[in-house]
Amino acid sequence: MTLASYLFGIVAAVLIFVVVIEMLRRHQLRERHATWWLIAGTLALVGSVFPVTVTWASRIVGVELPVNLVFFVSLIILFLVCLQQSAELTSLEAKTRTLVEVVAMQDLRIRALEAASASGSAAPAARSDHTERTEQPRPAQPGQLPEAG
Amino acid sequence: MQSRLLSTLIVMPAWNEEESVADVVAEVFRSLPGVHCLVVDDGSTDRTAVVARAAGATVATLAVNLGVGGAMRVGFRYALENGFDYVVQVDSDGQHDPQSVISLLQALDDADVVLGARFAGAGSYRVTGPRRWAMVALAGVISRLAHTTLTDTTSGFRASGPRAVRLFAAHYPAEYLGDTIESLVIAARAGCVIRQVPVVMRERSGGVPSHDPVKAAIYLGRAGMALLLALMRPRIVLARGEATS
Repeated sequence: MTLASYLFGIVAAVLIFVVVIEMLRRHQLRERHATWWLIAGTLALVGSVFPVTVTWASRIVGVELPVNLVFFVSLIILFLVCLQQSAELTSLEAKTRTLVEVVAMQDLRIRALEAASASGSAAPAARSDHTERTEQPRPAQPGQLPEAG
Repeated sequence: MQSRLLSTLIVMPAWNEEESVADVVAEVFRSLPGVHCLVVDDGSTDRTAVVARAAGATVATLAVNLGVGGAMRVGFRYALENGFDYVVQVDSDGQHDPQSVISLLQALDDADVVLGARFAGAGSYRVTGPRRWAMVALAGVISRLAHTTLTDTTSGFRASGPRAVRLFAAHYPAEYLGDTIESLVIAARAGCVIRQVPVVMRERSGGVPSHDPVKAAIYLGRAGMALLLALMRPRIVLARGEATS
């Protein structure tokens, strides 16, 4: 290994660290999303400063070429990051769904209130069509729902 | 039956159905006097909400498209919050005959979920190829799970009683095929009684079902996956005392 490639490895690892920590500092990255990146940065830094640790680790797990261990660990970390992102996406979708539901329900309540106030101030007995009746929400009676079966 | 209609909510998920939704709403009110009709406008880009509201329905507008499962959960929540005991899902494209809602509601006397089934004798609805195998296999598995004979588990024409409404308001799935397959699995595993009633389906006003074998095969795979996942998920328990607490 030349001095240039040794330094190159260290610079790359330090760069990962600096970027991740700077993003954390500026609230552009939340701590729970940064976990895997920080682990990757730590491993990269240790491996580049002390290349002997990589050789040692690959001998322990029986990998002939130390560089293959580096590739393997990198892949695993990228895989875990992707999986975490998919899980976050799923949870965001569930939250979106709930929000959309709540907004739709509130829109209905606003419309009912508007209809009630309009009919109350203008013509109380004029509208008795279906729209008027159905726009009135009935009082919720969760305690009186019968148990079927 | 008249009193049951008064506490029944017809829920119609509608996605860009401005052509048909007004007729369907009008037909529902004509066939089922006293019923309350909620059209869930599932992120439509056309005038579905305006047309449905003009036809006399209550319209819940979803800001983004959530799919049938998402639209139905809004319907179940609305029913729960406004004290409706029964929810009947009706398609907004006119393929379900509102007259059949009566027989669905009657069957709720001794069931929690009633399916309007296409292959149970009435009507002439036919499906062939992989899509048919998928339907038969799904029907077989869910029939065993529900301890009854179901022939059409992908029917979107279904009625839910008070227990099922409470269950679905909290747990109606929004995933692909969740509104048909997984919802039945959830209900069956929670101890709901599921029955089916033969109904006649009309021609859909827009297009015919796909007969592309590749699409059918993909459908088979996704349906199997949905069923498998539904069976692997943790069981949802419907608390017995929930209604009186």
